[in-house]
Amino acid sequence: MESMEIAGKLQERFPDEVLDICDFHGQVGVVVRRDMIVDILRWLKEGADLKMDHLMDLCGVDNKQRPGKGLLRLEVVYNLYSIELRHSIRIRAQVPENDATIDTVTTLWTGADWHERECWDLMGISFNGHPDMRRILLPDDWVGHPLRKEYPLKGSVEWSGLEKLKNKVVQLQEYDLSDGTLRTGAK
Amino acid sequence: MGEIKEPALVEIADGVKKVPGVNAVLGPLNKLVNWGRSGSIWPMTFGLACCAIEMMDAGASTNDLDRFGIIFRASPRQADCMIVAGTLTKKMSPVLRRVYDQMPEPRYVLAMGSCACSGGVFNSYAVTQGVDTIVPVDVYVPGCPPRPAALMQGLIKLQEKIMEEQFRWSQWR
Repeated sequence: MESMEIAGKLQERFPDEVLDICDFHGQVGVVVRRDMIVDILRWLKEGADLKMDHLMDLCGVDNKQRPGKGLLRLEVVYNLYSIELRHSIRIRAQVPENDATIDTVTTLWTGADWHERECWDLMGISFNGHPDMRRILLPDDWVGHPLRKEYPLKGSVEWSGLEKLKNKVVQLQEYDLSDGTLRTGAK
Repeated sequence: MGEIKEPALVEIADGVKKVPGVNAVLGPLNKLVNWGRSGSIWPMTFGLACCAIEMMDAGASTNDLDRFGIIFRASPRQADCMIVAGTLTKKMSPVLRRVYDQMPEPRYVLAMGSCACSGGVFNSYAVTQGVDTIVPVDVYVPGCPPRPAALMQGLIKLQEKIMEEQFRWSQWR
């Protein structure tokens, strides 16, 4: 099935949820509200003529500097594919900044677990009902979510683990016979 | 009866003399130790990124680090030198330091590539700005990534450095 046709069917089924359908080089994205995201994805996954059983990717987007028509601050993007029918579609669920949460889809795809953790780690979008909502890439005691647009490239505070390590390096220096270059206290 | 002459010592290298007629060489112990060490640098691989591919290439048959007595070891306990090849992230830094602490003396660190030397292009929240903030670095090899020949030159520089050392083999140096 063509992606545009799937988008049309989706709009027919969930007329209040679909906000926009956009087409870029044959790739169709459907902008939806976040409230019924699990129902939308379940319908796409389990529909007999759709069978979008493969969640290719799940990622977060910060729309802060994105030119566009009234998009919310954040969004979660689901790329779906049907292994049997070989068609695909992209679902973009809008998430507001002041309540950056959305329902988990681990109930549909167990593999979404780590994708959602990554999305939380880097973008700060929390997933309701997720079995293990922890950071996945950054250390557990990291401050902030680095892929948010307001996050400075160098970070606002140094990670406490690195500070601890640098103190330890200074302490261990007197036991070291090496005369190599060690830049302690460097910026 | 003729006069007994002391055998003349033959200088075979700077400060090293051979005693003629017997299988003996006289010289400073520093030289012997340093010679042994520089000819058997066993590096521990710390491949972190694309530099590790060049490091493997330097070890393979075309360039062949084995001919310098350089044999890669997979354990820090058996290694003399750590080749930090690639981007060191902050999260990885405690691991790097722990592996360095597990190495027995004498130990050396070779920072391979821009990222290991200074953080390179990754001047960001996630990357340690040079491994010399975590461990003492003996040789820096610049490049992104350095070619195997550059790594070999770095290791030869390390050999030269080892040959210059005095009493590194004693804790009372």
